[in-house]
Amino acid sequence: MTRPPTTPLLELRDVGKDYGSVTALDGISTTVRAGEVTCVLGDNGAGKSTLIKVLSGVHRPDRGRLLLDGEPVTFGSPREALDAGIATVFQDLAMIPLMAVWRNFFLGAEPTKGWGPFRRFDAGRAKDVTRRELAAMGIDIRDPDQPVGTLSGGERQSVAIARAVHFGARVLILDEPTSALGVKQAGVVLRYVAQARDRGVGVVLITHNPHHAHPVGDRFLVLNRGRSLGEFAKADIGRDELIRLMAGGAELDALAHELERPGG
Amino acid sequence: MVVFAFFAVQSETFRSPRGIANWLDPASTLGIMAVAVALLMIGGHFDLSAGVLVGTTALTVGVVATQLRQNLWVAIGVALLLALAIGFVNGWLVTRTGLPSFIITLATFLMLQGLNLGLTKLFTGTVTVGGIDDVPGYAAAEWVFASRVGVLGAEVRVAVLWWLLFTALATWVLLRTRFGNWVFATGGDDVAARNVGVPARRTTIALFMTTAGAAWFVGTTLAVRLTSVQANTGIGQELIYIVAAVIGGCLLTGGFGSAIGASLGALIFGMTQLGIPYLRWDADWFYFFLGAMLLLAVLTNRLVRRYAEAARR
Repeated sequence: MTRPPTTPLLELRDVGKDYGSVTALDGISTTVRAGEVTCVLGDNGAGKSTLIKVLSGVHRPDRGRLLLDGEPVTFGSPREALDAGIATVFQDLAMIPLMAVWRNFFLGAEPTKGWGPFRRFDAGRAKDVTRRELAAMGIDIRDPDQPVGTLSGGERQSVAIARAVHFGARVLILDEPTSALGVKQAGVVLRYVAQARDRGVGVVLITHNPHHAHPVGDRFLVLNRGRSLGEFAKADIGRDELIRLMAGGAELDALAHELERPGG
Repeated sequence: MVVFAFFAVQSETFRSPRGIANWLDPASTLGIMAVAVALLMIGGHFDLSAGVLVGTTALTVGVVATQLRQNLWVAIGVALLLALAIGFVNGWLVTRTGLPSFIITLATFLMLQGLNLGLTKLFTGTVTVGGIDDVPGYAAAEWVFASRVGVLGAEVRVAVLWWLLFTALATWVLLRTRFGNWVFATGGDDVAARNVGVPARRTTIALFMTTAGAAWFVGTTLAVRLTSVQANTGIGQELIYIVAAVIGGCLLTGGFGSAIGASLGALIFGMTQLGIPYLRWDADWFYFFLGAMLLLAVLTNRLVRRYAEAARR
């Protein structure tokens, strides 16, 4: 069996997920390739969060298949997804504000030295690696000893991305990384998304903001009420079309009509 | 420092080596507990049963040794197992139910208080267990838990050395081990910690067992030192431990604090407790002073937290 040279890192085929009798996701197909950014767009309640949970191993899909390197996989837990190289940067970032940057960077995967009862956290190495990894992403942290709480939102997002890349993420899932940020900060984060992409990571960028998605994305999956409104390559769709599609297209036209002043 | 200078200037006995040894003594048993309670608080939980558990372990040592006629070391071992089991149950219940540890350990506290009294009466017919020094194994136990050591011309109780050792150990664990990192993370935000693969539940249970282990150590020390134990030993102390930890800089909300700070809190406590009688003040002022320290400490803590979260927006 030979694999085609362009086997996607991660592929979804007709994936669906129900919560009881509610269909949260249905018939979703998309691909994530190394060195590409796949954007998942949708309004609130479109099924973005459910999709993240399926990708990151929190939920198992009820229908359809997940293919990693062309092989079908199922993840029983976030840990399994992580071990397979799928890292998720959640909206709350999984960082502890009162802890130092380097402690956060290695949280849950601390390097150790020594053995037996003297096995200890290799703080020197942790600090070095943190500084080096952040520098490699072009993030200038003044002091890795400062608490994460003193960083700006964009900086914290960047640290989370750098952390995922350092721990060998091949697929990086970003949950609304720009939603709480101002224009300038969002730009900074998008630059790090591009950095991660250039280092060969397959990025899944989940957002409701087409202005953020369009410049950095290579492929766009638009969701509405758990269903796909289509998957587009960048060449096939302009920003305005993307905005229109996201806002519900025909629905928006109808709303505009409804809101018109009678006799105006 | 300020507290030491204040009392030292006012009272000569206070600053003499013997005086220092005197106020180090209450500070030491309190300090051992405060350090363990501080770890637990950094991990985001309280243990209201810690004080009464000191009594429970001391009574267990006494009852098993004198009433069941076992070697004192067997009794101490039984008490340790019992303490760890109670700590485990506390931690297990807290992580299983997600209820505030305040409520869970309040329940444990009341139940143990009842058991201490009830079982002591059942075994001895009184509310005291005595005669622990008549039991085989007492000499060795006394050497470990209740001997005196000469340091710089003064006799210091061995508990002081244990206290220093435990403080150093706890500091090392907190700052230089994976477990320490997990403690801070679990207390800071346990959901986030779990998301990155920190075994938050195991960390919490281990912390409750550590507190229980410290209670065992202090309980055993009291039993061996005093050779008789009252059924109400330790009750009311649980808040003092928390006060010492908070004076030492632990946040009530978890995620921040230090073992050294808790030890300093205990030190201040010990100095005040004995310093006030040295000055021939009324001992009633002690609690006023303690309250004022506590208020000062939480106000300072608030500043720390605000500083750390200033840039969260």
